[in-house]
Amino acid sequence: MSAPRTAVRYLSAGRVIEVADFPPMTTLLDHIRLERRRTGTKEGCGEGDCGACTVAVGRPVDGRMVYQPVNACIALLGQIDGCELVTVEDLAAREGRLHPIQAAMVEKHGSQCGFCTPGIVMSLFVLYHGDGPVDRKAVTDQLAGNLCRCTGYRPIVDAALEACAGRGPGSVDAIAAAEAETIAGLAAIDDGRDLMVGTAESFFAAPASIASLAALVAAHPDATLVAGATDVGLWITKQLRHLPKIIALGRVAGLDAIADHPDRLEIGATATFAAAEAAIGAIDPDLAELWRRIGSKQVRASGTVGGNIANGSPIGDSPPALIALGAELELQCGPDLRRLPLEDYFLAYGRQDRRPGEFVRRVIVPKLGPGQVFRAYKISKRFDQDISAVMGAFRLTLDGGRIAAARIAFGGMAGTPKRAAATEAALVGADPADPATWAPALAAIRTDYVPLSDMRASAAYRSEVAAALLEKALIESAGAATDLTRITGQREARLDRVA
Amino acid sequence: MAVVGRPLVHDSAVKHVQGAAAYIDDIAEPARTLQVVPGHAPSAARGRILSIDLDRVRAAPGVVAVLTAADVPGINDCSPSVGGDPVFAEGRILFHGQVVFAVAAETRDQARRAARLAAIEVEAETPAVTVDDALDRNTEVLPPYEFRKGEVVAALDASPARIGGTFRIGGQEHFYLEGQAALAVPGEDGDMLVHTSTQHPTEVQHITAKVLGLPDAAVVAECRRMGGGFGGKESQATQWAVIAALVARATGRPAKIRLDRDDDMIMTGKRHDFRVDWEAGHDADGRLTGVDVAFYGRCGYSADLSLGVNDRTMFHADNAYNYPAARIHSRRLLTDTVSNTAFRGFGGPQGTVFAERVMDEIAVRLGLDPLTVRKRNFYAPAGDTTPYGMPVEDNIIHDLVAELERTSDYWVRREAVKAFNASNRILKKGLALTPVKFGISFTLIHLNQAGALVHVYSDGSIMVNHGGTEMGQGLYLKVAQVVAEEFGVGIERVKITATTTAKVPNTSPTAASSGSDLNGMAARIAAGAIRARMAAVAAAEFGVPAEEVRFRDGRVFGGNASIGFGDLAKKAYLARVQLSEAGFYKTPEIHWDRPSATGRPFFYFAYGASCTEVTVDTLTGEMRVDRVDLLHDVGRSLNPALDIGQIEGAFVQGMGWLTTEELVFDRAGRLRTHAPSTYKIPTASDVPADFRTALFESGGCRADTIYRSKAVGEPPLMLANSVLSAVFDALAALRPGRVPPLNAPATPEAILTAAKAMRSD
Repeated sequence: MSAPRTAVRYLSAGRVIEVADFPPMTTLLDHIRLERRRTGTKEGCGEGDCGACTVAVGRPVDGRMVYQPVNACIALLGQIDGCELVTVEDLAAREGRLHPIQAAMVEKHGSQCGFCTPGIVMSLFVLYHGDGPVDRKAVTDQLAGNLCRCTGYRPIVDAALEACAGRGPGSVDAIAAAEAETIAGLAAIDDGRDLMVGTAESFFAAPASIASLAALVAAHPDATLVAGATDVGLWITKQLRHLPKIIALGRVAGLDAIADHPDRLEIGATATFAAAEAAIGAIDPDLAELWRRIGSKQVRASGTVGGNIANGSPIGDSPPALIALGAELELQCGPDLRRLPLEDYFLAYGRQDRRPGEFVRRVIVPKLGPGQVFRAYKISKRFDQDISAVMGAFRLTLDGGRIAAARIAFGGMAGTPKRAAATEAALVGADPADPATWAPALAAIRTDYVPLSDMRASAAYRSEVAAALLEKALIESAGAATDLTRITGQREARLDRVA
Repeated sequence: MAVVGRPLVHDSAVKHVQGAAAYIDDIAEPARTLQVVPGHAPSAARGRILSIDLDRVRAAPGVVAVLTAADVPGINDCSPSVGGDPVFAEGRILFHGQVVFAVAAETRDQARRAARLAAIEVEAETPAVTVDDALDRNTEVLPPYEFRKGEVVAALDASPARIGGTFRIGGQEHFYLEGQAALAVPGEDGDMLVHTSTQHPTEVQHITAKVLGLPDAAVVAECRRMGGGFGGKESQATQWAVIAALVARATGRPAKIRLDRDDDMIMTGKRHDFRVDWEAGHDADGRLTGVDVAFYGRCGYSADLSLGVNDRTMFHADNAYNYPAARIHSRRLLTDTVSNTAFRGFGGPQGTVFAERVMDEIAVRLGLDPLTVRKRNFYAPAGDTTPYGMPVEDNIIHDLVAELERTSDYWVRREAVKAFNASNRILKKGLALTPVKFGISFTLIHLNQAGALVHVYSDGSIMVNHGGTEMGQGLYLKVAQVVAEEFGVGIERVKITATTTAKVPNTSPTAASSGSDLNGMAARIAAGAIRARMAAVAAAEFGVPAEEVRFRDGRVFGGNASIGFGDLAKKAYLARVQLSEAGFYKTPEIHWDRPSATGRPFFYFAYGASCTEVTVDTLTGEMRVDRVDLLHDVGRSLNPALDIGQIEGAFVQGMGWLTTEELVFDRAGRLRTHAPSTYKIPTASDVPADFRTALFESGGCRADTIYRSKAVGEPPLMLANSVLSAVFDALAALRPGRVPPLNAPATPEAILTAAKAMRSD
C-alpha cells in the first residue's frame, strides 16, 4: 500500500485545486467564500435547509459527467476530493453568454432579492444536466431544498420547464462543452490512494478501501466517522463542536455497494439516499414516495442510509420503514462482522448498539413476500423537506383476507424508532375489510407509544395520528383507492389490490 | 409610454443568476476587518443580571475586543420609537436571546466559539410568554386604543342574531434569505461609514450617531440591496449596524457582523400574534348590524413599531366590509419575548383575517354561501364610512370580485366541491373567494415624504438616487423607469445607485408599500426640473417655444429639428445650465388625528381578491392547496412583471403565515422554531400547479399617484386569507351549521383539532 496522499485535490473551472493545509472541520462553503473568495455561493441558514449555498459536485459515471446538488454549508471540504466543483460563477460561457438555466431565470423574472438565486440556479443546473424527463413534479422535487421567500416559486418553475425543454444540441452550455476535458482532468487526479491531511492528533482522512478504513477506525476509535455530513455538518456549524479527527467514508471502495437480490436488497453503509432510491422504490410505491420526501435532493445526494441508521435519531425516516420490512443491520469491527435485527440497534434515545471500533457495514432489506401489503406515511407540517412529526410504516401479511402477521414501526413516537408490539399482536386475525375487527389494534396503538410534545407536534396529536395512520393502512389494505384516502403520494390503483 | 408600463426584467437579474450581485457579506473586506458576533444569556428569558463574566471570552483565540453596555459612548438604545431597546442589556434580561455583549475576533469562527464562553448569571423570573400570560399579568407596552362608530351595544342588542367567540392568529418569522448584516468602516475624525442591509438607512444613520455620541452628519449609512426584507429590516436591522460601528469605533478597525440564522431568529422581532375576542350582530340575510372586537396583540418586551402595527390591525378590521356600528378595541401587550415588529402588511393582515372569520361564521350559521355573505356586506361603491371616519370613495371591490367570480368559475366549482364532500368521508374540499382592501400611506403622517437626487452628466448619462431601498421588489427599476420616461431615453441610460444617507437625507423607511409612490414621485419631480432647463436650451437652439420641445427615443425634438439627448446635455453644460436636481415629494390630502381617531389617513385604497380551493385529510389534518386564482388592482402598472412578482410572492408568503409557519415558544420563553429545520416556509411544491394571476384593469388609480399606479408590496399578502377560509370551508362540511374552531396557522395539528371538534358530540 502506498503512502497516503496529503492534499485534497479537486477540479474547478478546468483547473486542479490542491489544498494541503486546512483544519479538518473546514466546510466547503467557508473554503469557497473565505479561501477562494468566490462570493456567489451564499449562506442562508448554515444547516442545509435553505439551499442558498447549493453547488454542483460532478463525478464521471460510465463516461458521462454526473452532477449532484450539495449544500456547501454542511459539506466538508475534504469530501469533494477527486470531484469537479461547479459554483454559480462557472456556468456562463467565457464570452459571458448565460447558461440556459440562467437565461430562463432572467427572462421569466425568476429572481427578486436574488439571494436564493445562485442556489436555485445550481439546483436547476443539475436538473438540466440529468437525463430524466423534466415535468413540473421533477422541478418541484429538485427545488424542495431551495427556499425562496420572494417569488412564490411560479416563475422559477416556469424557467426550469422552459430551459429544460430546450435541452440538447445547439444549447449554449459551457459545462457540457467541456465534458471530455473534465473527465480527463478528473482521471488525472484519481489515484485511488488513501487521503490523510493533518497530523495524528488532528486530521481529515478519507481511506480508499475497507481495509484501510478498518485499520484507521481501530487506530483512532475516538475519530468521528462522516458519511454524508448532513448531520455531522451541523455539529460543526451549529453546535460548534470540536472534531479534531475526521474519517470520511465517501471514498471507501465497495462500502456504497447496493446488491439487488430477488428476495432482498443489501445496501452498503455509504450508499446515498439518491443511489438507493430506485432499488428501494421498486419494493413499494410508498417507499418511493417516502424516499422522495426524506430531506431534499441536496440531502439525499449526500446523506446515506447507513448514516441515517448509525446516528440513532428517533426521527430519521428510513429506520421505521426498514424495520417494518424486517431489515437487518451488519456491523464490522476490524475483520469481524455481526448482524442484528435493525430495531435491536436502537437501544434508547441517543444510545445505539455500536461497540468501539465498529462501523456500520450494510443493511439487509427483505423485499415483500406473497400476501404482504406495505404502507408508509410521513406526517409533517410541510410536505417537502420537513422532519416528520409522525412517521408510520406497516407490513401486513394477509392470508385469506385476514391479517396473519403484522410488522409496524413508528418514528417520532418514542426515543427511538420503535415497533408497535401490542398493536402487531392485536392485528392478527383482523380483517381489513371489517372495521369491527380493528378495535383491539386501534386501542393497542395508544398503549404502544407514549410520545412527547415538541415544536413539531403535541403528544396528543401524535397519538391521534398514529391511530389514524393504522386506520388508513387498514382501509387501504382492504383495497380503497388512495385518491379517497390521502392527499399526497397516491398509489396507482392496480398496486392496491394485493389482497 | 415608452418605458413606464413595460415588463422589464429586474435591473440586477443578470447579476443575481451569476452570483455577481453583492450583498453585505460579499463586499470585499477592507484590510484588518474584524468579525463580530453577539452574545446572549442562553438560559434566561427574564430577570436581574447578577454577573457577567467575559474573561474566558476575552482570552479565547483570535479575540480582539469584547463590548458591553459599559462600552457605549453615547446612548445605549436603538429603539425606532419611544425607547426601551438597549443595544446591550443593562441590569436586566428582557427576553431570551437579548444581546448582552459582542465579541470581535479575527475570524467569524473564532468569534462564534468565543461568544459561547460567557458566564452570565441571572436571577431568573417566570416570563410572560403568551398573550394570555400578559393579560393575566396586565402588562402593556403602550396604552389601549379604540375606534368607535355609532352605538355598537345598542346595535348588537337590536340584532336579530348575535355571534362571537375567541380565536387566535399566529405570528410569522420574516425569513429573509440574507440574514441581518452590516459592515462598519471607520474614517477620519471619528466618522463612520456603515454598509447595512436595511430598509431604513436614515434610521441606521441617526441611531448609530446617537449610540456613538456623534452628530448625524458624521455617519453615512449605505445599502445597495437586501437579500429580502419584508419589514424585518425596518427597525430590526439597526442594532447590528450599531454594534459593528461600536466595534469599529472601539478598535479603529473595520468590523463586520452577520448573524447566524439561529441567532437571527431568536434575536429579531416577528409579526405580532393575536388573540381576537369578538362579537357581531347580523340579520337574516347575513348583513352585519354591528361589530365589537378586541385585538390582543403580543408586542414583546418593548414598543418598537407596535403602535403603528396595532393601529393598522384596527384600520383593517373591516377589510372590505361596511360595519354599520363598530367598536374596535386594541391592547398592546408586553411579554418577555423578542419585540415584535413590522412585517409586510404591518398588522393589517391580522385585521382582515378577523373580518373574513366573521363572514365565514355568518355563512355557517345561516347556511348561506360565504361569497354571498361577503358580497352583501361589501362597502357600497361610494358613500360608506370606515370605523375611523374615512369615507370609502374609490371602491372597486364589486367589479373586481364579480370578475374573479366569473374567471375562477366559482359557482360551478362550488357545486363540484359539494359533490366531492358528499361522497368522501376522509377527504374534504373547501373553496373560498375573499377580498382585500388595503389603505395606502404611512399612518404616521410625517413619514409620507421622499427625496430623490438626479444628475444628468454632460455625456447624457443619468444617475438616479433616492431614499428608497431595494429588497428585491424592483423599486430601483421602477424609479429608473420613471426617470427614463421623463427624459424620453432608454432605461440603459439611467444608472441605478446604492441608497445612501449622504445623497438623500432624512428619508423614510421603505415600508408601507410606499416605495414607488413616494420615491417615484420625488424622482419624477427632480427629472422634470432638469428636463425643463434642458428644454429651454433646446428651445433656444431650435427657435421654438420651450413647451413645444419633446423628449423621446433618446432625442430631443423641436419644430423640424432634433438633437441627441447627450448632445443637448453637453450644450446645456456649456451654457452653464444646472443638470442636477434634488426632488422632494409629500403625499397630499392625508391627515390623521389619532387622539380623536378621525381623519383621512390613507391617500387611496388598493384592492384585490383571490379564490382558493383546498383538500383536507380529516384523519391527519394534512392540507393541500389545489388551485388559486388571484386578481389584483395595481392601478396603471409601472411594471407588470414586477407587480405580478409582488402579488404571487406575497400570496405565497401569506399562505405560509396561515398554514405551515408556526412559531413555537416554550414555557421558559425560548423560541423552539429558530431555524428552517423547524420553521417551515412554503417550498415550490406547496404552490399549486393551477395558479392563475391577473391584474385588474381599473383604469388607473383615482388618486394622483405616479403614473396612476398603485402600491403593491403589502396588499396582496392578504390574498392568502382565501386559503384559511377554504380550510375553514372544508372543515365546515363535516357538520353543517357547526362552526369549525380553527386557529391560524392551520397546521395539520390545528386542522385535526378543529376536525375532531366538528365530529365530537
